[in-house]
Amino acid sequence: MAETIITVEGVILDERTVVTLTELTRVCGVSLDQVRLMVSEGMLHPLGRAPEHWRFTGVEVRRTRRALRLQQDLELNLAGVALALDLLDEVEHLRSRVRCLEQQLGALSDAEGPG
Amino acid sequence: MEYKDYYKILGVSRDAKADEIKAAYRKLARKYHPDVSKEPDAEARFKEVNEANEVLKDAEKRAQYDALGSGWHAGDNFRPPPGARRSDHFSDEEAAQFSDFFSSIFGGMGGGRSSRSSGFGGPGMHADPFSGRGRDQTARIRISLEEAFKGGTRQLRLEVPEIDAQGQVKMRARTLNVRIPAGVTEGQQIRLAGQGGAGLGGAGQAGSAGDLFLEVEFEPHSLFRSEGKEIHLKLPIAPWEAARGATVPVPTLGGTVSLKIPAGSQSGQRLRLKGRGLPGKPAGDAFVQLEITNPPADTDDARAAFDALAERFKSFNPRAKLGV
Repeated sequence: MAETIITVEGVILDERTVVTLTELTRVCGVSLDQVRLMVSEGMLHPLGRAPEHWRFTGVEVRRTRRALRLQQDLELNLAGVALALDLLDEVEHLRSRVRCLEQQLGALSDAEGPG
Repeated sequence: MEYKDYYKILGVSRDAKADEIKAAYRKLARKYHPDVSKEPDAEARFKEVNEANEVLKDAEKRAQYDALGSGWHAGDNFRPPPGARRSDHFSDEEAAQFSDFFSSIFGGMGGGRSSRSSGFGGPGMHADPFSGRGRDQTARIRISLEEAFKGGTRQLRLEVPEIDAQGQVKMRARTLNVRIPAGVTEGQQIRLAGQGGAGLGGAGQAGSAGDLFLEVEFEPHSLFRSEGKEIHLKLPIAPWEAARGATVPVPTLGGTVSLKIPAGSQSGQRLRLKGRGLPGKPAGDAFVQLEITNPPADTDDARAAFDALAERFKSFNPRAKLGV
């Protein structure tokens, strides 16, 4: 097995990373029509009115890729994917709330006095 | 190689009907899909389930698999019977995304049938036949909070399939030194353009390489908990520090800082250290939750001190709000 080592630096896909519609289609390997459908389904919320002015954040790049994987792997239709994404967001939010609350509760100990 | 019990993987009996297999597969695919499941072995299970389905959903392949006999158990050391006819349903390249066991039975040259694959951490090796662009790959990367704070370099070993000059698929090890940008938060993805699967047509040709996406996970930290760019810490303080106010040292990711605790503080109160969370524009804040910690009453002297407190605060009822 040949081995090569290279050093690379990546881009964090967060709110501050912004891509155009064309870039989104290239990065996610998705067609313009698919993006339009996802926007009309309310799955993506680009900035800008007309598609030529649309700007997507890194978070939406990630959402798009996730949507495509779910669609292909689980044979979901677009509405199903939209619902799954919303529920997954909710689950993630609740999980982090649970983690936070558990930490606040700290260690529980049994403490029942006599009578 | 290990024998795989595809029926067991899908949780169906050997005489299961096609619709039972489909239902079992669909259910497990949803359960273990790496985008849905939080189970640590979700990716491996998802691949396994897909492999089982690939075989059992197809009458011909299922028959071929059944012909191995039912005497096998999962994990048995399996050697393909001599002269076993390898099916030509899958190209070597496609079989490469499944187990060796699968390849030994079904891997062969020929067919160009597409098979589904998760792009997540999974095989993701085929170049797009239309654009020649390599597939995107996704991997998880686990870093410490300190690395997220300071940034750093992580070595990542990847195995990427490549088509060599003879047209054979070979796995090639690649080691990437990935710079972790300071201020990355848990669950975020880092995109490394052009570090995914190789494109079709070799170097210098039309097909560009796919991208590599790294999903960031944090190792649990003994002191801090992160929430986005915020950092949370429980800070133990003495009862008199809470009552009288004090300036105390607090550990943060950037080093120890002094925190002024206002007089009359209580357990559970939270204080904010602006900009002491993970860096960024703006940087996150650090939140300190006060936790009053009593000194042990393990000597006569110490007990006397607590008794004096009790005597002094006779009329104080900490449970007044509870009505008891």
